[in-house]
Amino acid sequence: MILAVELAYWQLLVIKVLAVMVIVPTATAVIVQTFLFKMMAHMQSRLGPMEAGPHGALQLLADGAKFVQKELLAPERADRRVFFLAPVVVLLSTFLLFVVIPAGPNVVAEDLDIGIFFALAVSSISVLGILMAGWASANKYALMGGLRAAGQLIAYELPLVLAVVGVVIQSGELSLQGIVRAQAEGAIFGVGLIGQPFIFTQFIGFALFLVATQAELTQPPFDMPIAESELVAGYQVEYSGLQFLFFYLGEFGAAFAFSALAATMFLGGWYVPGLDVDGGLISNLVGPAVLFVKTMLVAFLIFWIRFTYPRLREDQLQTFAWKFLIPLALVNILATGVFKVLF
Amino acid sequence: MSAVPQNQQRAYVTGQAADARVNVELETDGMTLNIGPQHPATHGTLRIITRLDGEQVISAEPVMGYMHRGYEKLVEVRTYPQVTTLINRIDWLGSFANEVPFILAAEQLMEIEAPPRAQWIRTVLFEMSRIANITLFLGDMGVQLGAITAVFYAFRDREHVLNQIEAATGGRFHPNYDRIGGLKEDLPKGWVAETKSAMDKVRRFCDEMETLLLGNEIFETRARGIGVIPPEIALSYGLSGANLRASGVDWDLRRDSPNPLAWSEVDWKVWTHPDGDSFARYWVRLQETREAAHIVDQLLDGLPSGPIMAKVPRIIKVPAGEAWVSTENPLGEMGYYVVSKGDLGPFRVKIRTPSFNNISIVPWVMKGVYVPDVITILASLYFILGDIDR
Repeated sequence: MILAVELAYWQLLVIKVLAVMVIVPTATAVIVQTFLFKMMAHMQSRLGPMEAGPHGALQLLADGAKFVQKELLAPERADRRVFFLAPVVVLLSTFLLFVVIPAGPNVVAEDLDIGIFFALAVSSISVLGILMAGWASANKYALMGGLRAAGQLIAYELPLVLAVVGVVIQSGELSLQGIVRAQAEGAIFGVGLIGQPFIFTQFIGFALFLVATQAELTQPPFDMPIAESELVAGYQVEYSGLQFLFFYLGEFGAAFAFSALAATMFLGGWYVPGLDVDGGLISNLVGPAVLFVKTMLVAFLIFWIRFTYPRLREDQLQTFAWKFLIPLALVNILATGVFKVLF
Repeated sequence: MSAVPQNQQRAYVTGQAADARVNVELETDGMTLNIGPQHPATHGTLRIITRLDGEQVISAEPVMGYMHRGYEKLVEVRTYPQVTTLINRIDWLGSFANEVPFILAAEQLMEIEAPPRAQWIRTVLFEMSRIANITLFLGDMGVQLGAITAVFYAFRDREHVLNQIEAATGGRFHPNYDRIGGLKEDLPKGWVAETKSAMDKVRRFCDEMETLLLGNEIFETRARGIGVIPPEIALSYGLSGANLRASGVDWDLRRDSPNPLAWSEVDWKVWTHPDGDSFARYWVRLQETREAAHIVDQLLDGLPSGPIMAKVPRIIKVPAGEAWVSTENPLGEMGYYVVSKGDLGPFRVKIRTPSFNNISIVPWVMKGVYVPDVITILASLYFILGDIDR
């Protein structure tokens, strides 16, 4: 560890769990405040929240307090157990995502050998939660939202995974820490000045990953499961108070996590030239800040699209996924493989 | 209650049983989805009962009347000058345009005509209320398709037009400015120049919408070929306004009906589109907004001087008779059939509002579309609830 103190396994575990528990809501709060409240407002020639705190900075505290006070309501004919479990499942998937994202040579909750595989696997759990919410709400709009979500998320798992395969082939690693190291130690045409962020070679993969992320997060242009103007709020329509907050935590926490994943795989992760890849106090302290900046850059892209584009229709989305994204991803994998063998 | 003959009852029951057997074996059951009366896409209280098979609409039926305020009846207990206060609440987004046809009908019965300056200013404000109305549509269509940003731009730039309407009439939403024989008062100083700069902003907004929405590929895939209304169907359902012109029917009352307003004095074009789909309806309205700004600019350049009020008796009594006047309002053809018995107020007024007919095509056009298209079509047909229910 960074500190020269040897800790027992359970002590480390407690620290890691606490860290993830703190980081997820904080990350969500940062994302919501920066993008959803402020950037969206300024893009739409509004001011956004301005009353609570300087420039509305404390608005989330007010909102959080409001959500906590609300009564937890379930519709009369709802399947109560499933209904109350659903937001927890969604939130769980988000928490698990954060486990494998490295923010420094040692700043990672668990550096799994199959890190990226794990991340993509747990991110799919949220579909289950959404489907549960849609079914258990005993509401037609919620049901349609849940079914749309299921269809959409399954269709977009594939491009998401295939977009990552290029990176995995190029780095030869499934561990996220290994992918960061591969980028740090790489070289562009023999010049190893800034390492080799995979965005230069895997730009198609990066674009595919962003598009699939957008669908995975159910954001416009792929927000059919929520679709305010059609399904009112889709699977969220019957939720109130804390459970509604859980869905939001899940959604925007996942937005942060996916941005961090994209930053890790394509922008070099926590590494910038000058940092020691193998360890050291400075790397461990500066790494998180670097990752945060890169994550926010990616998140900016994601939210920029979110606030600008209209929504696709469900069948158009499927067509787009199967006829365009997946073939493109396969071509990308093929090209990466050929280059890997040749050079 | 056995009005139905027994053999018919038996036939019905056997039919039901046969249907049930088929359903069990072959089909999934349909679902009835109530869209509205409280639903964000209906921007008001319209209810559409849709029968769905999966996401596909089998049948859709609009239910109206949740906002019925009885204007036709209320008008009967008011004097002629009082009526305008009421009727500019029918289509609340382009409210001045509601007053004009009624006033024209009353003037026709009284056989007086407003002086030219009043007619020109009427036309200017008419076109400005068209802009105030349609700019909101141009943004709202974005919201219905999921692009929330557009509507904020619409509200922002519509404000310039509303400010000018307020400066001239004293009312942002409900001007109550038109009078029998002329106008309430003349334009304030500096209004012409300010309005011209507002028209520039409207034109900029149209360009912005053209790049932000109309040029967007997703918008195009969502709107092209969705809700196609052929011209003969459009005519048979009594569609009017941009909905009709988007089906390729070149019909605009501003040009095609004799009216004392100043449209014939300026140079402008009626826009049509051959496709008849949601995209065409958006496109036609966008061009119309530009054209309206162009009309306003030309009218302001040539604004005649003179009085704004004709000689009208202090107490207005309209001679007995009947008159029908309709104009090309922002939403389509709006007309008043006024029956007078020589009293202070009208004996009976029939109000023909465009949205009522425009929405009546919903069952025809929504057969077989998907649920998201229901919203696209509703948005592109563009109705105002107050205009449907009066």
